[in-house]
Amino acid sequence: MKASARVRRFPFWSWVWFFLGVLYFVMPLYALLDFSLRMERDVIGLKAYASAFADKEFLQTFGYSVFLAAMTIIVSIILIVPTAYWIRLRLPEARRIVEFITLLPFVIPAIILVFGLIRVYSSPISIPFTEFSLMAPLTNSRFGTNILMVGGYMVLGLPYMYRSIDTGMRTVDVRTLTEAAQSLGANWFTIIRRVILPNVRTALLSGAMLIFAIVVGEVILATYLGVSAFGPYLLLLGRARAFEPAALSFATFLLTWVAMGIIQLVTGGKGEATAGAH
Amino acid sequence: MAQTTFPDLKTKRPRSNLKNWIGVVPFFLFAILFIFLPSMRLFVGAFLNNEGNFTLANIRDLFTDPYIINGYSMSIRISAVTAIGGGIFGFLLAYSVTVGGLPKAIRPVLITFSGVASNFAGVPLAFAFVATLGRTGFITALVKSIFHVNLYDVGFSLYSFAGLSLVYMYFQFPLMVLIMAPALDGLKREWREAAENLGANTMQYWLRVAFPILLPSILGSMILLFGNAFGAYATAYALVGQGQMQVITIEIGAQIRGDVMHNPGLGYAMAMGMVFIMAVSLTGYSWLQRKTERWLK
Repeated sequence: MKASARVRRFPFWSWVWFFLGVLYFVMPLYALLDFSLRMERDVIGLKAYASAFADKEFLQTFGYSVFLAAMTIIVSIILIVPTAYWIRLRLPEARRIVEFITLLPFVIPAIILVFGLIRVYSSPISIPFTEFSLMAPLTNSRFGTNILMVGGYMVLGLPYMYRSIDTGMRTVDVRTLTEAAQSLGANWFTIIRRVILPNVRTALLSGAMLIFAIVVGEVILATYLGVSAFGPYLLLLGRARAFEPAALSFATFLLTWVAMGIIQLVTGGKGEATAGAH
Repeated sequence: MAQTTFPDLKTKRPRSNLKNWIGVVPFFLFAILFIFLPSMRLFVGAFLNNEGNFTLANIRDLFTDPYIINGYSMSIRISAVTAIGGGIFGFLLAYSVTVGGLPKAIRPVLITFSGVASNFAGVPLAFAFVATLGRTGFITALVKSIFHVNLYDVGFSLYSFAGLSLVYMYFQFPLMVLIMAPALDGLKREWREAAENLGANTMQYWLRVAFPILLPSILGSMILLFGNAFGAYATAYALVGQGQMQVITIEIGAQIRGDVMHNPGLGYAMAMGMVFIMAVSLTGYSWLQRKTERWLK
């Protein structure tokens, strides 16, 4: 009796919290959208968007950020999939140490990571305790800086990518699949590319989307390593103009929404949809 | 001890040998190059003076230099306030969509939205709040036209501690929703029925059954939120630049650009202090999380 009365009662406070939450979510976005549409006096229009998207510097920096995101995703997959696979198949005793390493980025914030990267790689790389110089400082060349950027982003994305892939492998029987492929004469490369990768593609996609969301607007690594990526560009644009940054911010929000939407879609709502590169 | 366990291990896993470790060499190489070397460099540097000799002076100066103390205290205060505030609000939201009796269809919407909001941070978030609560922001204008009060005349400012906290909350409470919703799902219906059979009312059930079970999870999540805000940089930088609101991440940024402390070692010590606080909070989180797992899941 009592239980049924409880269920039917109108959940007043729940609605209050929910309403407040929605308000908090929506107000800044609404204000941002509203502001971004008012570039022309007394007219609601997309002029700020047209102006922002037409800027050559926007296209360059955004294109570069997308390139960095793509490289980060590809190299992460190439590094983590075989590692997670090997641990599952042959080296379970390495699981604890590898999992520990994948959690380290939570302890080392991006600002500390970039601090260390700059201090290590802005001097020539030499053989320890000798004067032999192996390589010019990585930060001196564009290629070297790109390596540092992608490596740094891989670190930021490591906890999410590793967990996503490892969870994905838990649901498929890696050992049986491997033995079946081996008995058909497949080598290791073929097994990973044609058997393991397709079986964890959902995990790869959600990990990739999360990395994309982290990397595209990232400010810290890009600023301190001095590359012209989208994050620093937006920051500078905000100092100089009013409406275009608002338009680009709203576009960024939509992009985040698409990335998270894809994760929800492919994982059926069970995905790890939280990153944290603030 | 070691002598008795060693042969035991060997019989357990006869196939495991050193050769298998070759498979994880690339991963360890990556970890050494991009995680260990950079952090070791800072760690070692924190204990060196300008002449390159060992010293503990940098660590001592962390607790005496007013500029550094100010940065840490600002970061700790804002992280604590938004972790507690965001934690409470996030918990109430998670409650309302799980056991709070709202229609089932609302839940996936809120969870997806939380996923987006907890990732929508940094520069775009700062700009969104300028458009909302800046001097000419949407709500500022709304309050002015309805109540004829200028928020900035009565002491509010987006570029103050309170303002920055409001902005941080935007990525804090959604994270709480994402962590707490599964935990609240873990509350078993039987516990409530058992409590009711023993004559407990809703209040008693929550205070004496559900809340004690959830408490480690709530505290742990709040610690995670603390770390989440503590490492934040871009949001604060975009909003207040290097002005009056100096959080520790912005001070470290200034040290990277140019040696503002005139002592590189002190800069490294500042960075290590941050790593230390993050490590302590993550350890606390995982310890509390393990306590939770006794009951939930």
